[in-house]
Amino acid sequence: MSAVPQSAGAKWRWPIVLGVASAVGLLSALLGDAVWDALSWLGLGAPVAVAVWFTWRPAPK
Amino acid sequence: MTARSLRTWSWIHKWTSLVSTAFMLLLCVTGLPLIFHHEIGHLTGTEVEAPPMPPGTPMADMDSVVAAAQALHPQRVVQYLFRDPDETEQWTVSLNDSVVATDGAKYVAVDARTAKVLAQPVFDEGFMHVMLALHVELFAGLPGKLFLGLMGLLMVIAVVSGLVLYAPFMRKLEFGTVRRDRSARVKWLDLHNLLGIVTLVWALVVGATGVINTWADLVIKFWQFDQLAQMTAPYKALPPPERLGSLEQAMRAAIAREPAMKPGFVAYPGTLFSSAHHYAVFMRGTEPLTARLFKPVLVDAQTGQVTDSRELPWYVTALLVSQPLHFGDHGGMPMKVIWALLDLITIVVLASGLVLWTRRRRTSEVAVDDPLRVGASS
Repeated sequence: MSAVPQSAGAKWRWPIVLGVASAVGLLSALLGDAVWDALSWLGLGAPVAVAVWFTWRPAPK
Repeated sequence: MTARSLRTWSWIHKWTSLVSTAFMLLLCVTGLPLIFHHEIGHLTGTEVEAPPMPPGTPMADMDSVVAAAQALHPQRVVQYLFRDPDETEQWTVSLNDSVVATDGAKYVAVDARTAKVLAQPVFDEGFMHVMLALHVELFAGLPGKLFLGLMGLLMVIAVVSGLVLYAPFMRKLEFGTVRRDRSARVKWLDLHNLLGIVTLVWALVVGATGVINTWADLVIKFWQFDQLAQMTAPYKALPPPERLGSLEQAMRAAIAREPAMKPGFVAYPGTLFSSAHHYAVFMRGTEPLTARLFKPVLVDAQTGQVTDSRELPWYVTALLVSQPLHFGDHGGMPMKVIWALLDLITIVVLASGLVLWTRRRRTSEVAVDDPLRVGASS
């Protein structure tokens, strides 16, 4: 945990990355099958993976 | 953000959430099995699989497909035929007491290649029916739908206000911080912020498309009033035909009109989706997106000639595109599993929000971490 206020860019970096990944995931499966489906699993899987990691990650030290 | 606008957003977040949370929890819980309704239907026998046959097996005459269903219900009239884009080898025929009846239909699944009856599925009873009715309308018809749509609107506002509040609450924290060494409330707050922000876009899209779906009945009614009425206007004054011509012939005419598309839904003359004089054949594309969209082709039920066909208006297209984005059924089984996980995470977001509300102002520790109490501006 950092007690130093972060820049706006650092604060929003991950939310923006995950938001874009989700949007790509939602839409790509509409565009086609196979590769497009796989892209959608990656895109929508990203927020799930991040949620699971930070919820259960071992405490630092 | 000023302390004043922080308080305003906080008030919006609290009240839109509090009013809608119970319903959102219900929607998340009932929605979970609905993600897998297709698989569950196959397991419980509500949906049947047509036996495999070599590719290129010719399709049966559509008139014999209908005759097979009619033979089981000789007193009833055929209303609609429909089939899944992925299961084109079977048609489901619905029959009712009259062509305009909206309740009490009987369904017969018929093999499209042999015209043999596969099953008589019952859609209006059982566990999945209860889940669907609760999820869609709270067993309260159109008012229930519109009420859930209103709750969905509140939920969308709650998500947006939650996004606005994310920054001040996270101003001293790195992304993903969950403070386990502090009070339980702080841990719940961190989890709420983490899980809420990572699922935000998904929740917003599923929420907004869910709201759009609650208007489906109204959108369809408007289409009937607007477009269907125009398409069938030339026949308005004519007496209804005494005998219907061949459905097979009508469908061949529709396919000849739209050779790149496949019929997905047929409305019989006199039903709400046609006129007294037409078979309405709804053609759909073969790509993931175009398979969701329909193009109505009206065929004169006596002459078998196409009389009109037009693209769907934007408002029906919007409704049909919003459906996969709400159901999560457009990316195979992996997407359904991810959809279910996102649904479960949303349940945690809702529950943690409730915990934060019930435990408000009980621990002095909170004041340190709560920008509302410090009156911070960032």
